[in-house]
Amino acid sequence: MRKAPLLAVDSIDVFYGDFQALFNVSLKVEPGQVVAVIGANGAGKSTLLRSIAGLMHPRHGDMTFEGASIGHAPAYDVVKRGIALVPEGRRLFPSLSVEENLKIGGQSARPGPWSLDRIYKLFPVLSERRHLPATALSGGQQQMVAIGRALMSNPNLLLCDEISLGLAPIIVRDIYAQLPAIVGDGMSLVIVEQDIAQALKAAAQVYCLQEGRVALQGAAHELTRDAISAAYFGV
Amino acid sequence: MTEWLNVILQGVLIGGLYAMFAAGLSLIFGVMRLVNIAHGDLIVLAAYVALTVTEALGIGPLTSLILVVPAMALIGYALQRLLLNRTLGDDLLPPLLVTFGLSIIIQNGLLEIFTADSQKLKAGAIEIMTYQLSPGIWVGLLPLIQFIVAVAVIAGLQVLFYRTALGRAFRATSDDQSVAQLMGLDTRHVFAMAMALSLAVIAIAGVFLAVRANFDPAIGPARLIFGFESVIIGGLGSMWGTLVGGIILGVSQAIGAQINPGWQLLAGHVVFLVILAIRPQGLFPKVSG
Repeated sequence: MRKAPLLAVDSIDVFYGDFQALFNVSLKVEPGQVVAVIGANGAGKSTLLRSIAGLMHPRHGDMTFEGASIGHAPAYDVVKRGIALVPEGRRLFPSLSVEENLKIGGQSARPGPWSLDRIYKLFPVLSERRHLPATALSGGQQQMVAIGRALMSNPNLLLCDEISLGLAPIIVRDIYAQLPAIVGDGMSLVIVEQDIAQALKAAAQVYCLQEGRVALQGAAHELTRDAISAAYFGV
Repeated sequence: MTEWLNVILQGVLIGGLYAMFAAGLSLIFGVMRLVNIAHGDLIVLAAYVALTVTEALGIGPLTSLILVVPAMALIGYALQRLLLNRTLGDDLLPPLLVTFGLSIIIQNGLLEIFTADSQKLKAGAIEIMTYQLSPGIWVGLLPLIQFIVAVAVIAGLQVLFYRTALGRAFRATSDDQSVAQLMGLDTRHVFAMAMALSLAVIAIAGVFLAVRANFDPAIGPARLIFGFESVIIGGLGSMWGTLVGGIILGVSQAIGAQINPGWQLLAGHVVFLVILAIRPQGLFPKVSG
């Protein structure tokens, strides 16, 4: 018998008021798998992650995580079940210090391998700056705080929304170099990325969204450049 | 000279009470951007709750705080959860209108139950005990206790805000509600905890108000104004600033009253307006992140 996927998004339609952002989108994430979601601006990538995290709810269709329906679970409940989101643009709490930002990520108190010590081991520079306001850090360091904050909830599934946005290429390479250390514990990962080369390198499975629909999906090593650019630009 | 020192001292001590009026107001605005127009009436409600408790159990007003504080906190939690959470959103107007309505309901409810007669909580001998600090300078025990409690309340709120998980949740929710939810915080609960805390402070303020002077159902709105003025003078978002704001307001009123008994309130309002004109951000504005 085949093992059930960790996350199954099943034909969801998601709306902002009257505007439909996602059409019949389905996606599967297996335990320990890295899945990349690519697509142009406005294709619905962030909406998909926000829906999985519980900040938005599908009007039709459902999502199951570890066998339980989460389609209408509120965000504060979804994180307790083991899904953490690194939001686009980092969205750190400006009133909180670096350490407080990390601690509040651990608010849901799920048991697991991640702790303040381990985050500081992964990103030593944060340890030196733990008492500074989070917004006093450089962009790359802020992104480390955002990732650390999400890891503190000890998720089984980590959602990363455009973690390379606005960062220097060398910083992006550094952050991606840490991914194996993060997924090493069997955590699954969904990354939304504009940088297709980066996404293809990191992920096993790739979904390409175009205007709110899945235009292409497949194993990262099987997809050709032409197929991707066709799905990406819709030409 | 000693006469003026006495006046200023009395002003400082009453300023502690104003700071307690202001602290709850500032807390609620800081966490959820809600301007609670019923704040003053809730202070008066706390005074009546204390009146009922002291008469029913035959205990002193300060002892009654053991019951009044949790009772008001519970009312605050329920009020937020059942009513005020429904008014919050991008628009500032609905919570303003609903708390304005609440203010009228509380005033008329109290009038119906307790009539318009003036009431006072009797604290016994400590009301008239005084100490001579130095020749000619006298301080009453009750105002002194009130001021010490006010400083302790402000210090307690400061510690809670910056040293505890609940305070961290308040600040995070204030910064970014949707990301706070991603951290596992149910913002409806966080807001209700903030309102419970605000009403716990209101309970203490209400009891001291009612021991100090006569009260009736109509005096709430004026307490709201004193609270607002203290918050604005001190600077939004700063607890210690709120204490200083309350003291400045108290001293201004005391000096005004000393010059001419009719100028007490006017002097407070004038000083408030002057500070608002010169430093609209207040004396100790929160350092923005």
